[in-house]
Amino acid sequence: MAELVEASGLITDFIEFSAVDGPGNRFVVFTQGCNLDCVACHNPYTINPCIDCGDCVVSCPSGALSLDIAGKVLWDADTCTGGDTCIDVCEYDSTPKARTLAVADVLTRLRPAAPFLSGVTVSGGEATQQAGFVRALFAAIKADPKLSRLTCFVDSNGDTDSGDWDNLADVMDAAMIDLKCLDDVIHRRITGSSNARVLDSIRLLASRRQLYEVRLLLLAGVNDADDLLAETGRWLASVDPRMRVKVIGYRHHGVRPSPIPLREPSAEQRAHYAEIVRAQGDFEIVVV
Amino acid sequence: MDTFKAEAERLVTDPAIGYDQKVRRLAGLAVSALPYPSLSPLCAEALDARVICDMFEGNRPITPRYVLPDYAKALRNGVRYLELEPPTTLDDALSFLTILYTQVPSVTTYPVYLGDLDALLEPFVPADLPDVELDAKLRRFWIQLDRLLPDAFVHANVGPSDSRVVRSIWRVERSLRQVVPNLTLKVTPDTPDDLIEDAVRTVFVTGKPHFVNHPMMVADHGTDYAVVSCYNSLKTRGGAHSLVRLNLLEAVRRHVGGVDAFVTEALPHWVELTAELGEARIRSLVEDQKFFETNFLATEGLIDLDRFSLMFGIFGLAECVNELMVRDGQSDARYGHDAAANEVAWRLTRRIAELVAERPLPYCGGGGGFAYLHSQSGIDLDLDTTAGTRLPIGDEPGMLEHISTVAPHHALFPAGISDIFHVEETVQNNPRAMVDVIRGALEVGMRDFTFNLDSNEFIRITGYLVRKSDLIGIEEHGARHSSDYLAATAEVNHTVTTRAVKRVMAAELSAGA
Repeated sequence: MAELVEASGLITDFIEFSAVDGPGNRFVVFTQGCNLDCVACHNPYTINPCIDCGDCVVSCPSGALSLDIAGKVLWDADTCTGGDTCIDVCEYDSTPKARTLAVADVLTRLRPAAPFLSGVTVSGGEATQQAGFVRALFAAIKADPKLSRLTCFVDSNGDTDSGDWDNLADVMDAAMIDLKCLDDVIHRRITGSSNARVLDSIRLLASRRQLYEVRLLLLAGVNDADDLLAETGRWLASVDPRMRVKVIGYRHHGVRPSPIPLREPSAEQRAHYAEIVRAQGDFEIVVV
Repeated sequence: MDTFKAEAERLVTDPAIGYDQKVRRLAGLAVSALPYPSLSPLCAEALDARVICDMFEGNRPITPRYVLPDYAKALRNGVRYLELEPPTTLDDALSFLTILYTQVPSVTTYPVYLGDLDALLEPFVPADLPDVELDAKLRRFWIQLDRLLPDAFVHANVGPSDSRVVRSIWRVERSLRQVVPNLTLKVTPDTPDDLIEDAVRTVFVTGKPHFVNHPMMVADHGTDYAVVSCYNSLKTRGGAHSLVRLNLLEAVRRHVGGVDAFVTEALPHWVELTAELGEARIRSLVEDQKFFETNFLATEGLIDLDRFSLMFGIFGLAECVNELMVRDGQSDARYGHDAAANEVAWRLTRRIAELVAERPLPYCGGGGGFAYLHSQSGIDLDLDTTAGTRLPIGDEPGMLEHISTVAPHHALFPAGISDIFHVEETVQNNPRAMVDVIRGALEVGMRDFTFNLDSNEFIRITGYLVRKSDLIGIEEHGARHSSDYLAATAEVNHTVTTRAVKRVMAAELSAGA
């Protein structure tokens, strides 16, 4: 147990109550750092760890940031007024507010919320980039009599080795995986990487009954062609015809300027996407 | 007398007040022309200055404020006064109750309690009656209630167990989207998640029900209790004689000094004056107007004087605490945001609860000879105070901190305390998340609460429900529900002299009504 609670992770932030990160009300831990570089990323400041350049320190209007003698950026949560100027000026897709926290610190934040929760979700960033920390956190939750009823979920881009899923298998209840695009050319264009490991992850987790849902983030005119969606639906049905599929229309909120023109699909378009996917299997479809 | 005549003249000729409301207001005017029950000079002065308040119940009460008849007994034995035999079919039971409701008095002139309808009606539902027919019968009943008893404080209870009737009520509620009746679901750890989730889906459509902590209520009142009107919890076959309330902001304004002096000197003074006001009103109702000797509900044993008490309300705790923190040199310490301020808030309510529990009152057998403490949710006149013990609207912290700030008060208020949580509309895709929050809130000791969905057509103002669309143009066109009118005034601090023709009342009256 001691080694579990001492394990640490680089944590961007927490949300005590979330209704959009898995089943029921969930405590969400956002980890800092992601291996993809998606054009449609809604929280790009979670992509990289801070490099201590100090640009944000001089820009902070509330004086909550400083450089210590070793040249590291320090953030004072009590002084911070939450205007996020630091994130706006950061040119490295990072934030000075991410902190290295031990599992024990996360549990301290989690305990008061526990009576109100179905579970805990580790999101990001990319949770599997810190799979050791995630494993330690989930194991500590499962080992604590007051927390063990909470389900432990990972929200992931799926671009990780099967070994990470193997390591999590006995402490994780399920994962939610983003499938940015079934077509690998488009996938590389909008994420910077191949989708091969994503597809492997979906197959592996489904075979272990540890796949809660697959999310399709659809960008109008980019990855929303009818035949592509139909093919995606057929592929998902081949993995699990009763899969829970969340069809998400891209929204501009938080997204960086993009080299690829990004457009939000209308409500009608989102309903149309869902219809095409629905026709390929007996899916439980959620449209947002 | 000239003022009386002038006001009566104004009422009878006012084109913006409907017939029913004219009758009610003229009756209120007449009662208030009688002398007030005798009060000490200090008490009378505090009442005049509105440090303490009688909720404008009228100078001479002719009914207890809230009456909770034993409907199960009425259905079992019939009602002689109304020449009603015990019903044997569901249709007869619904008709029986509809008739009886019209004869149940309260301060609003409408019944504030319609019964625990699932428990009352389930024995009349034949096993072979299809759901669609059950729904049709309850739908007719529901429409009758809304049109015959047009007051948002008319309240029915359901739960804590699952039943065909409660499921049918959720379906009917979602299809009709009426303001009346208000609804409470009693919840225990054994209440099925699925039933609570069905209720949550109903909240998304109609803003109802409230969720109440059944084990906490049973500990305070026994199993025979109900939530009535605007989340007032009282014994059934009983009720509340009156509601008197103490304005904590006004009390602190008349006090010199900080927290310690307020707790040791000011609170005992104001609690005693509030109790004196309550005692005078109780004696007037019971001894002078002899309600319990004359009303058929009492003479037929459907209510019992020994199960009544006085509701002792407080409000404006937030402003009181914030002012006391300033005086103690901690001007940044705000209730809901600062541990020291929260401690002061809890200390004040604990002290008030102790003082109320040390002040015996006559005819208060329901409370063991004492008043019930109540966190009063406010009326349209309360312009500079926050409802009861709540956090000021717009100054709430995150939901978890919000709950942990207000929950410690809840055990102290057997006659009711509640809160309204605002949730984003995305939660509609995940009603289970609300079930989790409800379970947690009850586990940490919340007594009664509900949710406002940001996108909902129905909203709660201080506790009662209105439809947003009914608020639009209320000044020009009047409103069908008079609770809409109260809400509109509460919402925009409207002058209470504005009148509106409306079909549905919220007759927990504002000053001029």
